[in-house]
Amino acid sequence: MPMWLFFFLAALAVIAAFGVILQRNPVHCLLGLAVNLLDMGVVFIGLGAVTVGFLQIIIYVGAIMVLFLFVIWLLNLQAEGLSGYLGLKFFGAIGAAALAAELAVIFLQAAPISRLVAAPPTQGSIASLGRSLFSDYLIAFEATSVLLLAAVVGAIGLARRISSSADQAERSGAGQTSLPDQRTAPFGGASRAVDRDDQIPTSIPAPATNDSARRERRSA
Amino acid sequence: MTPISYFMVLSGILFAIGVVGVLIRRNIIVMFMSIELMLNAVNLAFIAMGRRIGSIDGQVIVFFVITVAAAEAAVGLGIIISLFRNRATVNADELNLMRW
Repeated sequence: MPMWLFFFLAALAVIAAFGVILQRNPVHCLLGLAVNLLDMGVVFIGLGAVTVGFLQIIIYVGAIMVLFLFVIWLLNLQAEGLSGYLGLKFFGAIGAAALAAELAVIFLQAAPISRLVAAPPTQGSIASLGRSLFSDYLIAFEATSVLLLAAVVGAIGLARRISSSADQAERSGAGQTSLPDQRTAPFGGASRAVDRDDQIPTSIPAPATNDSARRERRSA
Repeated sequence: MTPISYFMVLSGILFAIGVVGVLIRRNIIVMFMSIELMLNAVNLAFIAMGRRIGSIDGQVIVFFVITVAAAEAAVGLGIIISLFRNRATVNADELNLMRW
């Protein structure tokens, strides 16, 4: 990779990373992270890891960042101001700068044989990656598939709304139940207002309806 | 051609920026994004050193890291949504129910 290209990509990545940690609006932070990941995908391709670079762009930027964006929209997060203990933040930043300096010193003292090895032209191709993935790393590959299945089941189980019997009783005008319903929230305590889904603006507020039960619940 | 140590320095800088993000931001989702930044820095280190020693193993490990990061992001965001439904906040300073 020529030096000018590396410095351009490195500067872009560092600027985007600073944008992630310093922006006030979470969507702007996400934009910075997407630029950084896209930039790293290009660096991977430049280093010869063509398949992994494309996978990074497709999976990381194309799926994970979009998932983050959906969650930010679902929670309706706004731009926030400075909060927390500013002195601790300042010392945290200094500590991390010391970490970066230490890593830079260690890496720049590397042996003089640190030039890029002339890689065989097909090393980063799908065929060579697949050949290694399905022979040397087969157990890890299968375990990863089980991990993904567990993640899907876990994510759905955590994030779904369970329409409890309390909501159905209110809808029929029977009033608020006094027994805490164990199925509304993962950790119980469903009798509080914040645990019932209609009190928190987790999405676009529902338009005003003429339903008498809903109006009675809204005025409670 | 750029030496490999330059890529490692870039990886270290990105990792440190991710650490700063986890330390100074109080929004849980932005903290999560900083963790993804750290994972990405480690991916760069793996690819660079894999190229340096001429092995495919660096790329295979990055393949697994990307997959595990996807699974972790899905479950973590599910936890954040569930947390928001119970406490109505994503500020880490206000999630102090288990503090002494």
